[in-house]
Amino acid sequence: MSFFARFAQNRGALVGLFILLAIIAMAMLAPFLYPESPWRMVQRPFLAPMEVDGFWLGTDTMGRDVAAGLMHGAWVSLLIGLVSTSVALLIGVPLGAVAGYYGGLIDDALMRFTEFFQTIPNFALAIVLVAIMQPSVTSIVLAIAIVSWPPVARLVRAEFMSLRHREYVEAARLVGQTNRTIILRQILPNTLSPIIVLASLMVATAILLESALSFLGLGDPNVMSWGYMIGAARTVIRQAWWLSFFPGVAILLTVLALNLVGEGLDDALNPKLARERS
Amino acid sequence: MLYARLIVMRLLKAVVVLFLIVIFNFFLIQMAPGDPAAILAGEAGATDEEFLRQLRERFGLDQPIYVQLWRYVSGIAMLDFGWSYRQGMPVLDLILARLPATLLLTGTAFVLSLALGIVAGSMAAARVKKPSGSIIMALALLFYATPLFWVALMAVVLFSVFLGWLPAYGMYTVGAGHTGFALVLDVAKHLILPATTLALFFMAIYTRMTRASMLEASQQDYVKTARAKGLAPGVIQRRHILRNALLPIITLAGLQAGQMVGGAILTETVFAWPGIGRLMFEALQQRDYNLLLGIFFFSAALVIVFNIITDLVYRLADPRIKEAS
Repeated sequence: MSFFARFAQNRGALVGLFILLAIIAMAMLAPFLYPESPWRMVQRPFLAPMEVDGFWLGTDTMGRDVAAGLMHGAWVSLLIGLVSTSVALLIGVPLGAVAGYYGGLIDDALMRFTEFFQTIPNFALAIVLVAIMQPSVTSIVLAIAIVSWPPVARLVRAEFMSLRHREYVEAARLVGQTNRTIILRQILPNTLSPIIVLASLMVATAILLESALSFLGLGDPNVMSWGYMIGAARTVIRQAWWLSFFPGVAILLTVLALNLVGEGLDDALNPKLARERS
Repeated sequence: MLYARLIVMRLLKAVVVLFLIVIFNFFLIQMAPGDPAAILAGEAGATDEEFLRQLRERFGLDQPIYVQLWRYVSGIAMLDFGWSYRQGMPVLDLILARLPATLLLTGTAFVLSLALGIVAGSMAAARVKKPSGSIIMALALLFYATPLFWVALMAVVLFSVFLGWLPAYGMYTVGAGHTGFALVLDVAKHLILPATTLALFFMAIYTRMTRASMLEASQQDYVKTARAKGLAPGVIQRRHILRNALLPIITLAGLQAGQMVGGAILTETVFAWPGIGRLMFEALQQRDYNLLLGIFFFSAALVIVFNIITDLVYRLADPRIKEAS
């Protein structure tokens, strides 16, 4: 069966992919449908959804268009999710590969280091890091990456440990390939599928983390994000619950879609496991 | 004997980790924007130059960096977490005053999520190819994907604003002057929404873990034997599968429980629950770095204590591990 056929067998994954494509389309269309800054005040504040034509989700406490904020926010969420996951992979994959391949003292030292980061409560660490570095897209990306790389390192290490004594690795060693070549060319390609699955789930977690940080007021003050919208509307929840409701639904759908796609990727990339599981 | 040695070893490890966090905190203060003297004073912005010079001298900021580090570490070793100028109190007193509320909230949420998660997970495992099993797993995925702070806000809208069933803010009714049993009841009423919303996310995790762990255990030979003996499916599920599946759940639950402290920051912020999570939010808003780092240290310490407890429970539940070590 082809990769896509196996992926499509998981109906949830198809739904997830569909939602995800819709959100990506939202992000791409934002600059065309709402070319003006989502921070601009365009109507009187506290318009309910559908109250005035052209403002189908209403306006917020400052008279900003909620729909414009949602569309621009999609871009920010996806971007921060993707970039921070990439940075986490850049930290976690090399650490895990070196620890798993060489073993011994290096492995011990690197794993103690990883454990240290796993012991610190993720969210509290992210808050402290962003607060100290000052809120900006860069500091948020860095903070999310710093709290989310340990599972990557552990996964890659486990894969490397189980692969390093395979025959093809021994053969590569026998023909005189260097450790670097063996790690990069022989073993790493064989660990890609679990890494891809983990990465898709990490993007989802990163989006949740970003929204939580923005909710607490640690978002980049120059970009409109879903978490910020909820946080800003928190104090007026009694008068205007919809201001918090819609951005929350957007976060929920994005994170749900990414999780569904991740499960589908898992089925498609690890067909043997999928069969065992069902 | 072995047990005592184990506890000592774990405590030693905990001290090392906490020591590293203190050093980490020290360098974070150095990295913070502006003059460290201004941060230690709790003032981020223009301050009198002469005052800052005095501060630098008082806190030893004119000393070389290793001397400063030594002062900082030895201060914390003597439980001196500095002074919160914004709140006008020692950081330690502020945190200790708020700690019980957080312990009550996270403890309740932990028990609630673990109990519900194990029940839902084992129901899903027993109905693996039926629609009812799929519905449980779909719900678990939904709760897993929902932002914690958003569920909390929506719960306020539904249960406090529209239905008016439960209080939305605080830990007890201000000015009601309840005592004794009435006070307990009042706090319990205030606890329902924060604890449930915090528990939902973790319940989702435990549900998925329980199901996976039970499906794995159901492949074992002793389950086949039990089935061959003609035991009722319900008995096999409870006595043979669930019991053996519980062990990995305890370990993972302990690790996840640490993250509950993080979740409490969001829930406490929404519900104005007077714990260290809410305190952290206040520290953030006031840019009170001393207090922020103090809370960070305490939340890490809480996680470590939690992990040690789970480790001990795990060893009590499974004697085989004691022999192995």
